[in-house]
Amino acid sequence: MDHFIQLVFSGLFVGSFYALVALGYSMVYGIIKLLNFAHGDLYMVGAFAGFTVLSVGAGALGGGLLALIAIMLVAMAATGGLGVLLERVAYRPLRGAPRLSVLITAVGASFALEYGIAVAFGPNPEVYQMGVSGGTLNVLGARLTYAQLAMTAIAVVLMIALDTLVRRTRTGRAMRAISQDPKACLLMGVNVDRVISRTFFLGSALAGAAGVMAGVYYGKIDFLMGFVIGLKAFTAAVIGGIGNLRGAVLGAVVLGLLESFSVAYIGSEWRDVFAFGFLILFLTVRPTGLLGERVTERV
Amino acid sequence: MNTVLDINGLEVAYGKVEALRGLDLTVGEREIVALLGNNGAGKSTTVSAVSGVVRSRAGSVKAFGEDITAATPWSIVERGIVHVPEGRRIFSRLTVHENLQLGGYTVRDGASVDRRIEQVYDLFPRMAERRAQQGGTLSGGEQQMLAIGRAMVAGPRLIMLDEPSMGLAPLVVAQVMDAIVSINRAGTSVLLIEQNARAALKIAHRGYVIDSGRVTVAGPAAGLRADPQVVEAYLGA
Repeated sequence: MDHFIQLVFSGLFVGSFYALVALGYSMVYGIIKLLNFAHGDLYMVGAFAGFTVLSVGAGALGGGLLALIAIMLVAMAATGGLGVLLERVAYRPLRGAPRLSVLITAVGASFALEYGIAVAFGPNPEVYQMGVSGGTLNVLGARLTYAQLAMTAIAVVLMIALDTLVRRTRTGRAMRAISQDPKACLLMGVNVDRVISRTFFLGSALAGAAGVMAGVYYGKIDFLMGFVIGLKAFTAAVIGGIGNLRGAVLGAVVLGLLESFSVAYIGSEWRDVFAFGFLILFLTVRPTGLLGERVTERV
Repeated sequence: MNTVLDINGLEVAYGKVEALRGLDLTVGEREIVALLGNNGAGKSTTVSAVSGVVRSRAGSVKAFGEDITAATPWSIVERGIVHVPEGRRIFSRLTVHENLQLGGYTVRDGASVDRRIEQVYDLFPRMAERRAQQGGTLSGGEQQMLAIGRAMVAGPRLIMLDEPSMGLAPLVVAQVMDAIVSINRAGTSVLLIEQNARAALKIAHRGYVIDSGRVTVAGPAAGLRADPQVVEAYLGA
């Protein structure tokens, strides 16, 4: 029983940072119908941005929770800015182009980021020296580190903040409207380019936060770490219903739990088999996902 | 009378297809101007060029004396020109209230957005009843009223309506036309595109008939109603 609860917690933890990545994936898809294959690499860049701050400011920052938050904020600003730049130079010029051209551009952007980081930091994995794993806590017999708890809490706060922004603010309303009819938004006076930039900033910043979380949790980062996560986030977004933000979070948690249990009961080498098997299952049986919106439009 | 909109020699082409070939049109303050013509005459292209979603090849568009030929669509809305597109284009998965709020996107002052939304609810009580429903659940006539209401939240000085009567029952068309008249009485100029020339000329002060991207007949609405050419082509014998 203790073991079971432990698995649930680790599934939820992994699910929470899958969710941060999946949200950005889903937001970008929702607003410009682009599968941003470079999104996982923004997560990787976030991990490296955090690593840089750690290396440069190791002494000054110390190892507490505040240091973790500071590092996350820097990483989020860096990846958010990079996401905006990526949209501006790689995707915006292709706004009217066929979807396939943009998709291939996204794959190119992904390689550019991966090998750009490989050139800058070297191809070998880097060790994340973040000493926040100060203590552990027993919850219902399961062991949790404070760092895990803190990071999950931060992830949940970020998700709630995003949900509120999308549902309640003027920019959020414009994002939802653009996802339905960008041309009508122009006629409402919405600066569509600016709202798309903001969407990229937010989605990429969340991926950056997740990158730092991954670095702290796994203790090791490398320039290809974004590839599989990108696919996992895509899977989570599809399970939840792509374009639906609450669905992305749900899909990510489902995926995290699924992985956690399959690793424990079947073997860690089966983890990705299960994740992507689920992707194929959903794409064939229920392509709209768990919370996918049913399209009923009146003419 | 001050000129609100002044279109001069406007030319627009979609690839090799010339949609407008030197169109001239003006709208004065507090005027309702009808723009009539057959399918493909260039009516929608004209308003799309004014609202900045279609780029012109030659000619100029002036609004309130300033040149807006190359302005961005959002800056044109900020200047007080709002285009209600053909087919309504309401946001079907946003609520009625959210649709209206989006209409006030360019308005910085939240209080005046709320005040104008209340005015829309006064003008169209059906919208107030349905404020929490998704836009896509409304009937065609209600969607048209929502589209007009949404445009009014921007506080326009000129509203351009593209085929507001399309697909509506005669009784509903009359309601929409009444709403346009009351919007105009409150001080907003109107450029009204219609295939339903009879309904449009009933409320318009002036009218233009265009064909193949050029104005063929122009004049006061009463004159157009009596013009044998217009009667034969657009009003039926």
